[in-house]
Amino acid sequence: MTAAVEGISRPAAGSGRRAAPYMNPYVAGVGIGGILLLAFVVMGRGLGASGAFSTVVSVAVADIAPAAASSNEAFARYLGDGTTSPLADWVLVEIVGVILGGLMSARLAGRFHFMTERGPRAGVRARLAFAFAGGTLMGLGARLARGCTSGLALTGGAMLMPGAWIFIATAFAAGFAASPLFRRQWL
Amino acid sequence: MNMPFYANGMFGDGAGLTFALVIGLAFGWFLERGGLGNARKLAGQFYLTDMTVLKVMFSAIVTAMLGLFWLNRVGFLDVTRIVVPGTFVVPQAIGGIIFGIGFVMGGLCPGTSCVSAATGRRDGFAVVGGMAAGVLLFGLLFPVLRGLYEATPMGNVTLPELLGVRAGVVVFGVTAMAIGMFTAATAIERRVNQGGGKA
Repeated sequence: MTAAVEGISRPAAGSGRRAAPYMNPYVAGVGIGGILLLAFVVMGRGLGASGAFSTVVSVAVADIAPAAASSNEAFARYLGDGTTSPLADWVLVEIVGVILGGLMSARLAGRFHFMTERGPRAGVRARLAFAFAGGTLMGLGARLARGCTSGLALTGGAMLMPGAWIFIATAFAAGFAASPLFRRQWL
Repeated sequence: MNMPFYANGMFGDGAGLTFALVIGLAFGWFLERGGLGNARKLAGQFYLTDMTVLKVMFSAIVTAMLGLFWLNRVGFLDVTRIVVPGTFVVPQAIGGIIFGIGFVMGGLCPGTSCVSAATGRRDGFAVVGGMAAGVLLFGLLFPVLRGLYEATPMGNVTLPELLGVRAGVVVFGVTAMAIGMFTAATAIERRVNQGGGKA
């Protein structure tokens, strides 16, 4: 038990011994805050993540069922007015950057591995099922709240937007409240 | 100074998208460097064994908030030109609850799931797939959810406006709260990981 708890603050077992230690969290935070500020100053908008999923899913729905997509505002708003490609979207391009940036960083730090991060008591299948289900809930929650950790919590938090702080408070509270249910997945 | 530059028409969409890629590269880099591509590390937040999520998130918010506050104050930046999602109290509270449960269940948030998948983690791919399914489900349910989605709108009101205090007061309060939480987080982390208490 003790070993498992200690292990969590280091690169997970199996991640390889060569992996470099993680950056100080405050340095990473100030870096991300600086990037967010740069987005505000240059673009007049914050960061995003869930919006990229909305764009890709809406484009896919429009491909399969064009009429259904254009008549549903939840999809239609990500399809644009037809003058430009809906895939030429700021958040989607930003997320492509996030993927490339994450990949480069992990490669250079010796942290790129095909593996499943899970607690010592969690099976791979259960972990992947929980990950998929958790992702589904986050997709629903982020759409309902109009953003996720990036587009609402960080962006709206820095802008002193009341709804962002409501989201931060309820998301953390719900995460802590539900954590005993998923203990086996992690510890 | 004429900030924000894009909102004030100082460059076009193509340059904006190039900038999006650069911003994304840096964002992904710092997320991975901070360990936020690792689901076990993120999930540790909810068991108090690893406070990285809280430390990164609040130092990022405070950094950007202080930058916005001072750039606005010296007149370089017009914060009213910045686009935000707007406050909708009930859907953001319920969305936060659903999101929080999904977060501890999946161990990654939407942005970090992309980093996790990009670093080869299969659980990262599973969260990415789940996110797409959730967004699709929201769209399919939108006719039913529309009333809730549009409930309790408050527009672009800010916390200082809502509380009737100067922006500086809220900025100071958030900064002080963050520093207090950092101190508490480090103490809790140490105590929990030394076996001083059950997580």
